Amino acid sequence: MNNTSNLNPAIYAKRKRVNKIGLTLSMGAMVLGMVFLFWILGVLFFKGFSALDLSLFTASTPAPGSEGGGLANAIVGSLLLVGTCTLISTPVGVLAGLYLSEYGDRSRVASVTRFVTDIMLSAPSIVIGLFVYAFVVAQVRHFSGWAGTIALALIAIPVVVRTTENMLRLVPGSLREAAYALGTPKWKVAFMVTLRAAQSGVITGVLLALARVSGETAPLLFTALNNQFFSTNMNAPMANLPVVIFQFAMSPYDNWVNLAWGGALLITFAVLGLNILARVVFREKVQA
Amino acid sequence: MMSNMKTMFDLNKIDSQGGGVETNQQTEHASINALEVRNLNFYYGSFQGLKDINLDIEQGKVTAFIGPSGCGKSTLLRTLNRMYDLYPGQRAEGEINFYGQNILTPSQDLNLLRSRIGMVFQKPTPFPMSIYENIAFGVRLYEKLSRSEMDERVEWALNKAALWNEAKDKLSQSGLSLSGGQQQRLCIARGVAVKPSVILLDEPTSALDPISTGKIEELINELKHEYTIAIVTHNMQQAARVSDYTAYMYLGSLIEYGKTDEIFIKPQRKETEDYITGRFG
Repeated sequence: MNNTSNLNPAIYAKRKRVNKIGLTLSMGAMVLGMVFLFWILGVLFFKGFSALDLSLFTASTPAPGSEGGGLANAIVGSLLLVGTCTLISTPVGVLAGLYLSEYGDRSRVASVTRFVTDIMLSAPSIVIGLFVYAFVVAQVRHFSGWAGTIALALIAIPVVVRTTENMLRLVPGSLREAAYALGTPKWKVAFMVTLRAAQSGVITGVLLALARVSGETAPLLFTALNNQFFSTNMNAPMANLPVVIFQFAMSPYDNWVNLAWGGALLITFAVLGLNILARVVFREKVQA
Repeated sequence: MMSNMKTMFDLNKIDSQGGGVETNQQTEHASINALEVRNLNFYYGSFQGLKDINLDIEQGKVTAFIGPSGCGKSTLLRTLNRMYDLYPGQRAEGEINFYGQNILTPSQDLNLLRSRIGMVFQKPTPFPMSIYENIAFGVRLYEKLSRSEMDERVEWALNKAALWNEAKDKLSQSGLSLSGGQQQRLCIARGVAVKPSVILLDEPTSALDPISTGKIEELINELKHEYTIAIVTHNMQQAARVSDYTAYMYLGSLIEYGKTDEIFIKPQRKETEDYITGRFG
């Protein structure tokens, strides 16, 4: 064997050229995405940072024409809405995912559930808002925090169901067999071994669902609406960051617009934080 | 371990009768069979994985199943605790008598059966919990022990699996933090802890390094004094080292079954000899 290869130099040059083109295109695509991301973040920081002060967290949204004000009622409202949504969607979503992966598997009920869940995943959130408006708000004749929670939960549940199912499917069958081999009843295998093995993946799914719903505006417009005053009554209309941003950003008052920027910055931070947390939780699993 | 020469299995009896060896034949040798497989046929859907298997697994002995890949040795092992029942489309016909009781009947309580016939798998499968909990998990399914009794049981089981010295200072650490060989011994400890009468080992060392393999083999020699053991192995030297009886299987059939020494030194069947001497497989 000698050192010179049979490689045709023309073919090699062409291959290098194609490689360069491919690399350039993918770099370009990445830069395009990053430019907009940082542009948005940059504008948000620039405009929102000036709105960040203590009164943002202590004062409630101001009446039209009045000075100052904050977002305390909207922050607490958002936390309440998203918090109760989590309490509802986590058990429902995890149990449904557990059913799909461990019990239903190839049954007809499971495949229908999977199909419906996939549709719900991509359903426009405004449709879900209208649905809850028609079936909850119109029935009780007033907007309420509960209606908002229901709308958010309807968006979050499919996300939790699908991630839970996918994470459970990643658990090797040998682990289930090992549990059965000890004489473990099925429900204990599912809850105490399989679900536990998929734990961090499931938590990641819940966090991502939270990140998704915490920025949702459309479903809340028709359900929780807004409340100018501080309220923790889930049976009454409830202030929340996305709707406040929506209303204030379009208003003619400078302090309202300013508050909208502050709220947008807060939400972005929260979503960013949730995403980072989800990544950290998931990475810990991979290392374990 | 070779003192019990009289318990040798009469091969010709299997061949001539086809329907298996009479159970009373064993009693005259004063040995007890933990499991008696009779006319066992096994199907994966329409594919027949096992063909008319007849064999006895003697109490307190190590029985090895050898044969080339796909010969049905793992399938046979998985019928003994009805692991196949987890998968629709897999079914067994015939009889498997576990101390005289046919376990293939639909009324057999599978969880109870599996608590009596434990299993250790090819890949170590520690549960995602602490070392202590890995062992306590199975025990809690069938026994209600006080904290101190459980502590004792965990120590006892880890000692049985020769893991106590390595694990005693990190019982609260995750079972996944152990090395592969240690994980496999943890799985053996977990199986032993529920005090089964039979332990099935499905290629327990094929994912382990030689030193860990040696430890597991030593362990098998220790455990057979108290448990009946059936082991599937790809490694013929391992079968020769650890087992009292060896079954050679090929294409779903039991070709030859007898005392390990005899199977390895002077097999009755040409096929067995070819496989053992490496001319085939």
